[in-house]
Amino acid sequence: MAKQHVTATINGESAEFLCETQQTMLDVLRDVVGLTGSKEGCASGDCGACSILVDGRLVCACLMLGVEAEGTSITTIEGIAEGDHLHPIQQKFLEHAALQCGFCTPGLIVATKALLDENPNPTETEARYWLAGNLCRCTGYDKVIRAVMDAAAVMRGETV
Amino acid sequence: MPKVVLSSGSASLGLTGGLTEFEVEATSFRRLILELEKRFPGLGNQVEESMAVAIDGEIYQDAYAAELRPGSEIVLIPKIGGG
Amino acid sequence: MNYINSDLKVVGTRPIRPDGVDKVTGRAVFAADTRASGMLWGKILRSPHAHARILSIDTSKAEALKGVHAVVTSKDFPEIASEEAFVGEGPMNFRDLSTNIMARGKALYEGHALAAVAAATPAIADEALALIEVKYEVLPHVIDVEDAMKDDAPVLHDDMFTAGVNPKPAKPSNIAKVVTFKKGDIDAGFAEAEVIFEGSYTTKPVHQAYIEPHACLATYNPDGQVTIHASSQGHFMIRAYTAKLLGIDMANIRVNPAEIGGGFGGKTLIYLEPVAVALSRKAGKSVKMQMTREDVFRGSGPTSGAAVTVKLGAKKDGTIVAAQQVLKFQAGAFAGSPIGPGCMCGFALYDIPNIDVLGYDVVSNRPKVAAYRAPGAPISSFAVECAVDDLARKLGMDPLVIREKNAAVNGTKTHYGPTHTNIGYTQVLEAAKAHPHWKSPVAEGHGRGLAAGFWFNIGGESSATVHINEDGTVMVATGSPDIGGSRASMGMMAAEVLGIPVSKVRATVADTASIGFTFLTGGSRVTFATGMAVTQATEKVVEQLKARAAQTWDIPVDAVEWKDGKAFPAGTNAGAFEPLDLAAIALKQGRTGGPINAEVSVNAQGAGAGFGAHICDVKVDKETGHVEIVRYTAIQDVGKAIHPSYVEGQIQGGAAQGIGWALSEEYIYNDKGQMENPGFLDYRCPVASDLPMIEAVLVEVPNPRHPFGARGVGEVPIIPPMAAISNAIKSAVGVRMEHLPMSPPKVRAAIDAAG
Repeated sequence: MAKQHVTATINGESAEFLCETQQTMLDVLRDVVGLTGSKEGCASGDCGACSILVDGRLVCACLMLGVEAEGTSITTIEGIAEGDHLHPIQQKFLEHAALQCGFCTPGLIVATKALLDENPNPTETEARYWLAGNLCRCTGYDKVIRAVMDAAAVMRGETV
Repeated sequence: MPKVVLSSGSASLGLTGGLTEFEVEATSFRRLILELEKRFPGLGNQVEESMAVAIDGEIYQDAYAAELRPGSEIVLIPKIGGG
Repeated sequence: MNYINSDLKVVGTRPIRPDGVDKVTGRAVFAADTRASGMLWGKILRSPHAHARILSIDTSKAEALKGVHAVVTSKDFPEIASEEAFVGEGPMNFRDLSTNIMARGKALYEGHALAAVAAATPAIADEALALIEVKYEVLPHVIDVEDAMKDDAPVLHDDMFTAGVNPKPAKPSNIAKVVTFKKGDIDAGFAEAEVIFEGSYTTKPVHQAYIEPHACLATYNPDGQVTIHASSQGHFMIRAYTAKLLGIDMANIRVNPAEIGGGFGGKTLIYLEPVAVALSRKAGKSVKMQMTREDVFRGSGPTSGAAVTVKLGAKKDGTIVAAQQVLKFQAGAFAGSPIGPGCMCGFALYDIPNIDVLGYDVVSNRPKVAAYRAPGAPISSFAVECAVDDLARKLGMDPLVIREKNAAVNGTKTHYGPTHTNIGYTQVLEAAKAHPHWKSPVAEGHGRGLAAGFWFNIGGESSATVHINEDGTVMVATGSPDIGGSRASMGMMAAEVLGIPVSKVRATVADTASIGFTFLTGGSRVTFATGMAVTQATEKVVEQLKARAAQTWDIPVDAVEWKDGKAFPAGTNAGAFEPLDLAAIALKQGRTGGPINAEVSVNAQGAGAGFGAHICDVKVDKETGHVEIVRYTAIQDVGKAIHPSYVEGQIQGGAAQGIGWALSEEYIYNDKGQMENPGFLDYRCPVASDLPMIEAVLVEVPNPRHPFGARGVGEVPIIPPMAAISNAIKSAVGVRMEHLPMSPPKVRAAIDAAG
């Protein structure tokens, strides 16, 4: 079967790609478009390592078909920083040592952005439940949550 | 003379005929291995390949260079890995 | 040289790790992110049966499919003679390893690899797998460890005669070996005991559940040179095993350590690489392979399920005089469970005069077990720490007091031979006793549990190279894959020895062609052994820097001092010279003798043992059986925390894995021996909403055998949680959970049964 032609915006840039009908958005990002920051941990939407934003909404790229990206605006981990300026979430993850192997980190950062876009002042419990879809096996989540709360405070202008 | 103790009842017992403690004339660990291999064929190799040793209480995973005193106690234990 | 009592400027601080930006921007390259032009996608066909004879494998239709470039089966791998070696993280038989990565004759577990294909796209590869026709004779299977030990159990290997039994058994069985460890006289011990406690415990098999599935990219060139990018805890191990299993010289294999997305011991064996190389050889193109999550659960190396009994005898004053333990561990389809360490670790925390431990290594029809963080110890300590807790209750003693009273100390002879030296267990217990968590009242309806753990930690072979760049900045290369932030610590130790800021040091992980042999990352060894190599290499570089300064000033080298990153004349007699910093010396390196660098290889002995104690408060919902962790404190002797954030991270992460093992993780099998929950939805790891903050308390009793006093830290923290939680549940609702996981239906049933 012929490939499908898709036009979308990815990390603020217009993108065009060809993909097979059955390819997931994750396959497309990694193998067609060449953005390997989103990771495959399970391909069943249970680990969150492939978290992306689609028109601002947090989505597991493995649960979406590539063709569904038509006409949408996609944000991946590669679009979180602004040039060489790290986003406060990224900066706080580094300062708090909120990553060890780093494999789940892109998904966690994108999910955190979605959280703080929706709720700039989450409680620890709200942050934990929002991020329950992002599995981390290395950190036990302690430093991750601290980084998230600290990033939220920075984004609210309360601290640096 | 240094005393060798087989701590684990593993396959080593088959090689020593059930003996778990014996004395060996050796001043270095390397010599000890050679003596063990001579006295119980196969044991020296097994110790080298798959066992760690505790010499006077301290664990060595690889003990070639270790020196033995006349009263040293050498305990043979399974090699320890990790995860 | 030893820096234990020095004023440290870098070691002990918390700089941002050198590979951090790559990891928070998605730039870091993991094995599945690697590419080669024209590469093919490799996939593996796995047995759906837990135990079956393979009558025939017909790959012709798969080979004929358009887009398929190669198909391999065990015919493409040389027959390996049975050969024992200790090259990974446990006893290894190469024949078993070869058979594990590609089945010969029999499928020994659901998920056992039978064949592999390389095709132009993943979709074509999947189609090709479906076209491979396998004829099986399904055989009866056995999974549970005690079932596998029965006389009438289906036998996996007809050449398995239990080792360690005298005389050798006449019939083959599933018991690969028996081990025993004894101290004193156990019968006399129990005879003098005034109070006895006995308990039986079981654990289910669990998986390390790293979020990154195994992946590799392999290229076999027509000239016989092989390049591999692999996700592994040990790229030298990948090289060695690939060389061994395919009959290739090591010099012809170059393994690049990709960033690794978790291992915890599960990536200390090999699964994909030899298969990918064999496919690449046949296809004449690079082959990329990655396991699906199902493949990981069914076809990699989860840990043992087990049955353990413990019997303790004590005097009325709480002195434990006799301790006995019997452990039966699943090894998976091939011999080699961590039964040895399991037998050694449970009682290693205690000073008991009479000990008797018996262990069984038992095969059954499930994946061959691989190491999982302190292999054997979590299972062993689950049983012992629950038993000690119940013994304390029988004696009317506080659980911390009974442990203090019987604690192993320097000079305690263990039941497996060595005598404890330079250990910090007492200090850990003191820290627990003094901690606000322990001192705080237990909230109404909650329960509190305490448990402890021990792990040997290992040293081993490591190589490190330190180079001074022409501008005076510093490169540190080691052969240790970084799974927890070790690169940061390596750079910090070098910076400390040189007396310069860590920002001037770049630490990297070198491939197998670029650095000396380094044993894999595991056993909590990297900060200890590789750190030792880095420190020694840096010291050698300092000697060279002093020699260059001496030459420049034309004074004897012993008249030169090195301090804070500069060479100084030692005293006014040496001459009134301006100090020379690294940049100044490096500028003239050519004139003074050439490039300045040193490589050191060590086989580090004297790894300091680690002890930990965890305090856990739980709230149990009696209606649902759900156990909520309300507060968790993990106290551990770390020797010296080189980078405290990453040390805390290891403790928090290990505790979280232990909590999952305790409450929700397990392999669930159907009556065909197939895993029913090979995915993260139903294989339930802890998520962020399951856990509170985990307070990590670092006790520092230096290990004098490491230049900075460091002990391994990564493995100890997974040991105490299961018993800490069972003890907390007992304290909360009065029921003893003896069978893991302590999932809601089981807790509810136990509460109901207790009335």
